[in-house]
Amino acid sequence: MTTKKGISLVLLVAGVAALCWVPRMGASDSLLNLLILMFIYTMLATSWNILGGYTGQVNLGHAAFFGLGTLAARMLYTAGRPLPLALLAAGVVPAVFSMLIGVPAFRLRLRGDYFTIGTLALSQILYITVGNVLPKITYLPIADIQNYQLGSRYYIILALALFTIGVAYALVKSRLGLGMVAVRENEDAAESLGVNAFTHKLLALAVSAFLGGLAGGAYAYYQTSYYFNYTFSPPWSLEPVNMTFIGGVGTIHGPIIGAVFFVLMKEWLVMRVGEYHLIIFGTLFILVVLFLPGGLVEAWERIRRALIRRPARRVALVPSAEGSDLLANSLTSEGKEVSMG
Amino acid sequence: MSTPVAQSLASGILVGALYGLAAVGLSLVFGVTKILNVAHGELLMLGGYASFWLFTLMGVDPFAGVPLSMFALVLVGLIVYQLLFSRLIKLPTEDKIRNSLLIGFGLGLILQNVALRLWTADNRGITTSYAGATFTLLGVRLPYVRVASLVIAFVFLLTLQLFLQRTYTGKAIRATAQDWEAATLMGINVHGVYRLSFVLGAALAGAAGTLVAVGYSVEPVMGMHWTLKSLIVLVLGGIGSIAGTLVGGLILGVTESVAALWISNYRHVVGLAIFILVLLIRPQGLFGAKEG
Repeated sequence: MTTKKGISLVLLVAGVAALCWVPRMGASDSLLNLLILMFIYTMLATSWNILGGYTGQVNLGHAAFFGLGTLAARMLYTAGRPLPLALLAAGVVPAVFSMLIGVPAFRLRLRGDYFTIGTLALSQILYITVGNVLPKITYLPIADIQNYQLGSRYYIILALALFTIGVAYALVKSRLGLGMVAVRENEDAAESLGVNAFTHKLLALAVSAFLGGLAGGAYAYYQTSYYFNYTFSPPWSLEPVNMTFIGGVGTIHGPIIGAVFFVLMKEWLVMRVGEYHLIIFGTLFILVVLFLPGGLVEAWERIRRALIRRPARRVALVPSAEGSDLLANSLTSEGKEVSMG
Repeated sequence: MSTPVAQSLASGILVGALYGLAAVGLSLVFGVTKILNVAHGELLMLGGYASFWLFTLMGVDPFAGVPLSMFALVLVGLIVYQLLFSRLIKLPTEDKIRNSLLIGFGLGLILQNVALRLWTADNRGITTSYAGATFTLLGVRLPYVRVASLVIAFVFLLTLQLFLQRTYTGKAIRATAQDWEAATLMGINVHGVYRLSFVLGAALAGAAGTLVAVGYSVEPVMGMHWTLKSLIVLVLGGIGSIAGTLVGGLILGVTESVAALWISNYRHVVGLAIFILVLLIRPQGLFGAKEG
């Protein structure tokens, strides 16, 4: 177990080092932009996962938190306030706003659907209202645009993404995180063991909104111009859910894998089928929810377990050319075992 | 009463009846099957476009086209139910609601983009020869088509009420909504009732969509908007009460439309405020029974 942990740690350090190295290798702007997008989407998915994956409360309005984050950060930053303050506000404002829905909805025990309706309402209403009140495009300050440095933005957003993953990891591994999972699995049982479901849900919501807003802050710092209400639009609600489910809901690495997969696939699809990519993603999402609720992480686990359960001796006897057959066989036998148990 | 206020009240009532009709389909489906279909607004949108096509391509009068677009939505509802939602039906209630929310969300995205390809992003309306005609009552100008829509919405709600209260099938639906296990023991085909309720909800969305298309306009992104209004009405009126749903719709319509006189930029915030207030003060809805 410790060696396994050691290996993951080495891989993690190597991965981060590689990501830090990329801009110095003279990488193209388009590659940096793609990576920045992955970082922002990772933040979005990871923040959604804290509440949706670990605490079991479905939030269909994450765009509200992301949008409020962009709005707060953009307003402060373009008014000349320092970046750290703008980013802090990007997290705090949505976290405070989230209580507006969280407190009334979570007060009613076992009515998770009310919370979902509330998030949907909050995001839609902010989308329309921001569009009505601020129907214009926001630009970065001219000094920033003239002297736009992708490299420094890359590092700051990378740091924010690592921070987000770190917070999620620390929370999930803590006593509070265990309480959140207990609430997800069985609220009554959790309460009978002394877990206060209300405060755990509320805390998960606040952290989720804070980190989702921080992703918005990163976006506001990165993007030169957009319509004020664009960051409140429905795709920003669907995409974090989509990425989390494709990657693996309720795991730390799932949303990261989902975000990388999502950004790459979106890039690829947009070039080939244009706007039809949304239909494809919607379909993929439904298929994952119905048939592979654990996402890519679960798919990988199934394959891995199927391979490991086979005694090594027999694997060695199989000629390498039939490797794929072996994989298929072990998958089917795994399926049988599961259905028997 | 000053005319602008009276005018707002009237238009609030006219749109509120449609909110009620939109919400009653969602409420029926949720009350019986515990599927919370957030793509309900997209079904409504499809109903609107069905009547738009019937009118522009075949010259069918939109009011005469109501049964046709309802029939189209029956087919869509049947496909959607069999393909997607029927797979959730055996899950425990909590999981069923959660997964239906996710699937509805994905389905809404798909339908919205399909509509975008089929009918473009333009706002479409149905301009019949009598579309602009109005009459004046007590100083308030009322368009004929919207008043007719109001009447039709009332007729639908009344028919549904009678169907649920007076017929044997309606009784089976209510029994299933109350306790599906007991209903099964009484020999009710619960799966059949689920399917029927979902399809009925889709048909009602089709009717509502047609009335929206004829009195207002349709566009691909309208689905989320109508889902949201329906959900707020659902929370406001309480689940399982048709009269409550209608009154909830009227309250939402009137409050929004009167609020727009003073705070037109923030008129949609009213719905959110109502939603939160209801949760704080009367979570079972204005007319809903207390849940166990």
